[in-house]
Amino acid sequence: MDLLEYQGKQLFARHGIPVPAGRPATSVDEAVTAADAIGYPCVVKAQVQIGGRGKLGGIKVAASRAEAHEHAGAILGMDIRGLRVHEVWVEEASEIEAEYYASIVFDRSARAPLIMLSTKGGMDIEQVAEEDPEAIASLHVDPLLGYQQFHGRRLAFEAGVDGDLVRPLTGLLEKLYEAFVGEDAMLIEVNPLIVTPERELRALDAKVTLDGDAMFRHPDNAALRNPSAEDPQEQMAKERGLTYVKLGGDIGILGNGAGLVMSTLDVVAQAGGRPANFLDAGGGSKADAIVAAVEVILSDEKVGGVLFNIFGGITRCDEVAKGLIEAFGQVQPQVPFVVRLDGTNDEEGRRLLAEAALPNLHVEGTMLGAARRIVELAAATPSEAR
Amino acid sequence: MSILVDGDTRLCVSGITGREGTFHALNNKRYGTNVVSGVTPGKGGQSVEGVPVFDTFHEAVADTGANTAMIFVPARFAADSIIEAADAGIPTIVAITEGIPAHDELRVYTQLKRSSGVRLIGPNCPGVLSPGKANVGIIPADFFKEGNVGVVSRSGTLTYQIGNELAQGGFGNSSIVGIGGDPVPGSSFIDVLELFEADPETELVVMSGEIGGSAEEEAAEFIADNVSKPVVGYIAGFTAPPGKTMGHAGAIVSGSKGTAQAKAEALEAVGVRVGRTPTEVSEIVVEILDG
Repeated sequence: MDLLEYQGKQLFARHGIPVPAGRPATSVDEAVTAADAIGYPCVVKAQVQIGGRGKLGGIKVAASRAEAHEHAGAILGMDIRGLRVHEVWVEEASEIEAEYYASIVFDRSARAPLIMLSTKGGMDIEQVAEEDPEAIASLHVDPLLGYQQFHGRRLAFEAGVDGDLVRPLTGLLEKLYEAFVGEDAMLIEVNPLIVTPERELRALDAKVTLDGDAMFRHPDNAALRNPSAEDPQEQMAKERGLTYVKLGGDIGILGNGAGLVMSTLDVVAQAGGRPANFLDAGGGSKADAIVAAVEVILSDEKVGGVLFNIFGGITRCDEVAKGLIEAFGQVQPQVPFVVRLDGTNDEEGRRLLAEAALPNLHVEGTMLGAARRIVELAAATPSEAR
Repeated sequence: MSILVDGDTRLCVSGITGREGTFHALNNKRYGTNVVSGVTPGKGGQSVEGVPVFDTFHEAVADTGANTAMIFVPARFAADSIIEAADAGIPTIVAITEGIPAHDELRVYTQLKRSSGVRLIGPNCPGVLSPGKANVGIIPADFFKEGNVGVVSRSGTLTYQIGNELAQGGFGNSSIVGIGGDPVPGSSFIDVLELFEADPETELVVMSGEIGGSAEEEAAEFIADNVSKPVVGYIAGFTAPPGKTMGHAGAIVSGSKGTAQAKAEALEAVGVRVGRTPTEVSEIVVEILDG
């Protein structure tokens, strides 16, 4: 789960990491009230997860109440690379003497947290890594030992941090590490980490990704919302406990097991189709889960055909067939369905489907055959049926 | 021969009194796996259809000589249960549980690497099946028969799909190992490839990967230097967009890293043939073993 900048900064503040004072706002009035409370000049920042939003007009400095009003009005509701701005973060303007970079990544390959530090902040770190790899100091932390002061000193000296900042930076990295582990983060990135004229360190931006599997330990984080990134189908699927990812094409896909569903998307693409979604109905799917899944898939207006690819292990094909029959009774789909059932109770499943003789539902014997068939059928679906 | 589980397996199931735990423990027992005990704290002294239940792994090991553990407890208790099994001296641990926090997995992984001789398969995996010998996990054993193709995979149902196509082509399996779809699996492709390489019954290995991380690229390097047997690859997720988790916690393309394309190319660069569909994988296997 990716946090918005201000959600990341609030998380930082809880762990004692210095951030500029600020307030979130969802309306122009709220933004102006926030700006008055913070004082001028202040900065109005669009809350969307897009790099380079400043260049796209999503960050503006307000020197007065009138400017705060004007900027908030321009930014709220604005479209930044397809993401609508629902919220702004109004924060005190910071004076910048130098821009550093700090991050902690959950490094899967090394199986350890990776801390990176650079005095070349304020730009894309991948670009720095390419052009000037020496400018980035990095090291892995033993997950059982945790962060030690020497880690910070090593990083600071290797990165060439000004002498007076080595000790404060070591302390700041310790707090970042505490936040990384304590909040079950997969990524924490501060870019830029600024040095003020008073020689203080401050996180001017915050990029935080949290582990969705650890939310049971963090009910506050679980409640955080990002309306600009929420897709109606993804939201609907989440409420129903289904794993769904919108992909933008016109062929709805349902399968059981993440690997099989990914494979199904690939096979549909090879057959010339464009998948509308990833939907893993999971192991042991019962009829009601299938009904819920069909509703989510069909609520996407682009969908012109649906492919069911089931290999029954724990999932029983007769349960899937029952769910489909029930779904057809409830929602009367106007688009073609192709169903491939293999594995546990597949014969019974196919028998149930044959008996029910559902309109515009086709049974195929193989995954490849099913993919080809749905691509053909969906291409012929008239737009008013979608 | 086979790898990881066989006729010598003495299985203890953590979470045996739960609905899923009971169902699969008994399923494994019916298949012929020697299920010797179960663990559920507070339910020691009970039994699940003749299988004795203990409060701790230490008691289960002392009383029943368990040498393999299967973890079936909910995600928030699973890391603790894995460490407990290792602490009780169980050398092979198979964790089925899905949804364990990544930081917990990291601590478990690091701890187990330090306690010599403990091997963890999973978590978030379907388990290990050695057809005709033992089944530890949730793999539907009916689709597989004894044979000489080893399978190692990050995905469960995709394994069944590939195994089923192989069976239709007339081939059986030495062992089928699900290493799981999480960011920090206890065993990697490399760990399992090493076992298959040393297993005299295995003639060929099918390796089924997916987007996310770099385990397939690392396996490619290992294969080039250490595997003499033919390996046939499959990678799922060519059409997955970056930044989206595709069902498995570990299946995510991060920026330009972890793409299916890069993984397939890394494998092909060391001479591994990569099927573009599960059907093509089984066709390549048939071609190699019949040819």
